[in-house]
Amino acid sequence: MTPAPDHIIIAPVLIPLLAGALMLFYEERQRRFIAIVSAVAQLVVAWELIDMGTHTPTTIGLYLLGDWPPPFAIVLVIDRLAALMVMLTALLALPCIVFSTARWDRRGQHFHPLFQFLLMGLNGAFLTGDLFNLFVFFEVLLAASYGLALHGSGSLRVRAGLHYIAINLAASLLFLIGVSLIYGVTGTLNMADLAQRVPLIPPESRPLLAAGAALLGIAFLVKAAMWPLCFWLPITYMAAAPPAAAMFAILSKVGVYVILRVSSLAFGSGATHMAGLGAEVLVAGGLATLVFGTIGVLASQGLGRLAGCAVLVSSGTLLAVVGMASSAGGSAMVAGALFYLVASTLAIAALFLMVELIEREQGALAGILTVTAEAYGLGDDEVFGEDEIRDTTGPGVAGATTVLGLCFLACALLLSGMPPLAGFLGKFAMLSAVLGSVETDGHISDVALAFTGLVILSGLAALIALVREGIRTFWASDEGELPAVPLIELAPVLVLLALTAAMTVKAGPVMRYMEATASMLNHPHVYVEGVLGTEPVPHAPAPPAEGTTP
Amino acid sequence: MEAVLALAIGILVASGVWLLLRPRTFQVIIGLALLSYGVNLFIFAMGRPRIGAAPILDKSGLVEPALYADPVPQALVLTAIVIGFATTALFLVVMIASRGFTGTDHVDGTEREP
Repeated sequence: MTPAPDHIIIAPVLIPLLAGALMLFYEERQRRFIAIVSAVAQLVVAWELIDMGTHTPTTIGLYLLGDWPPPFAIVLVIDRLAALMVMLTALLALPCIVFSTARWDRRGQHFHPLFQFLLMGLNGAFLTGDLFNLFVFFEVLLAASYGLALHGSGSLRVRAGLHYIAINLAASLLFLIGVSLIYGVTGTLNMADLAQRVPLIPPESRPLLAAGAALLGIAFLVKAAMWPLCFWLPITYMAAAPPAAAMFAILSKVGVYVILRVSSLAFGSGATHMAGLGAEVLVAGGLATLVFGTIGVLASQGLGRLAGCAVLVSSGTLLAVVGMASSAGGSAMVAGALFYLVASTLAIAALFLMVELIEREQGALAGILTVTAEAYGLGDDEVFGEDEIRDTTGPGVAGATTVLGLCFLACALLLSGMPPLAGFLGKFAMLSAVLGSVETDGHISDVALAFTGLVILSGLAALIALVREGIRTFWASDEGELPAVPLIELAPVLVLLALTAAMTVKAGPVMRYMEATASMLNHPHVYVEGVLGTEPVPHAPAPPAEGTTP
Repeated sequence: MEAVLALAIGILVASGVWLLLRPRTFQVIIGLALLSYGVNLFIFAMGRPRIGAAPILDKSGLVEPALYADPVPQALVLTAIVIGFATTALFLVVMIASRGFTGTDHVDGTEREP
């Protein structure tokens, strides 16, 4: 790009790291301030990175850590996909942090530092161009997510967290085996270098490379919650504190992102004998996840569980599309999928934030029950003990129930994919691309038809389940006192939904960005040449290069 | 040497997987520890282990790379050990918390009815 190193590329990693470390010296009140400042700064940086990608559509930004010539040492790469994901992270982070300042950050210790480290891990995972560095950032974000999943403590959280941690530790070990197998076969961990070397692998080594890639894939599919690796997800997300759960909505998308990245680079059309490796597994697994998530959505009793199953539906849809695109090479499918990814992540995050506001309304009833139960000596603080602190900051918003009801309606429209909101546009773009990719004999493949049917069915199921839940909450509830929902908790939900509305209004430019991103993924040589063709920055009096052990 | 290394990795991973699937939290954490030892040895083996070869080059200038061991897997193993150690310690804390909340060391928090 420019001869001088673009230091802004590393800013999404450094800002949360510094903010998180700095916070440890301060009290809770100052921590909030730092958290919000850091989130705003990340938003600005993410905007700048998107801007950089839009102005230079055929190049990528590269940051050489330690100024070693690539493919040695670690590189950070910013292309359109990475910029998009960093932007999505920043857009989610700010509402979640603001929401948490109302009361959730006081429920346990160190909410804000953990949150910042989660952001650091996320941004790092999106930016890195090195497989082992990806592992390190994965561990950073997982370690922070363990803390956030347990934030607020309580029996349910600890039990769900135990399973979550055990499964992710096992998945990390698979990740390591996969990475080391790939290193053993190809002799590189740099993703761009890998893309160049995969077509040159001799036939006798290909099974070993395929095994390594498959093990790596399993580690990401656990994160992306593909059936049958997904049973941990609904309960963990349901049990987590709402602002943490809303941020976790993007964690499953990290798995999808990495699969998209690695499959397009190493096993894309350029990989001759190994092109489209594992595409069938992705399609079949994605469809199975879609079925499982749809049934889960219909069967959910509570809104929290429903939101968890909506994450599965979204993951399943994305995985199936990525699988189909990597076997058929359709960049239109990927563009639709990226649009859907952003819209569904924002909608699910809004739903997770709303779950708590709605259930607090019912909590008023639960509070009365608690008092009654205590009067009869039946006090069970494991059931109701969680919400006894009624500390609200700021005045409640008048007509909060109406606003909440409208937000809930918007969420239902988004998740079921009904017009006019962004959920519809995303699904429409995906389905039209999938149905448009006719086979040579002019027929639409069975897989495409099955996918279309399942996506429409899952939308219908989400609509039924959310309408049922909405009637129960907003219409059939007892006419009691209106809950006091402070603006500081309502505003983040509104902002998240307004973003999806903005995506609808500005669908043209957003879709063009997604299409350019998808076509860049379809032509990995831009990425490969961008990384490997960059010379290190010359030094005036060359100082001894700093070692950068991963 | 290859046979011994392969056997060691195999036995560690097999015992680790078996313990991981047991119902007690203590068995699970020992299983994870054994698994991570196996995986660390595996990463090391992927660098094609050799006897009597140093992983660090001399400063003298041009060297024959074939005489040296591959340093990258060794760096990877170090990183993996550090991260594995930290996450295992974290898991231990969660286990103790779970024991405190549920009063049992079953991974599901409740004893299965016989």
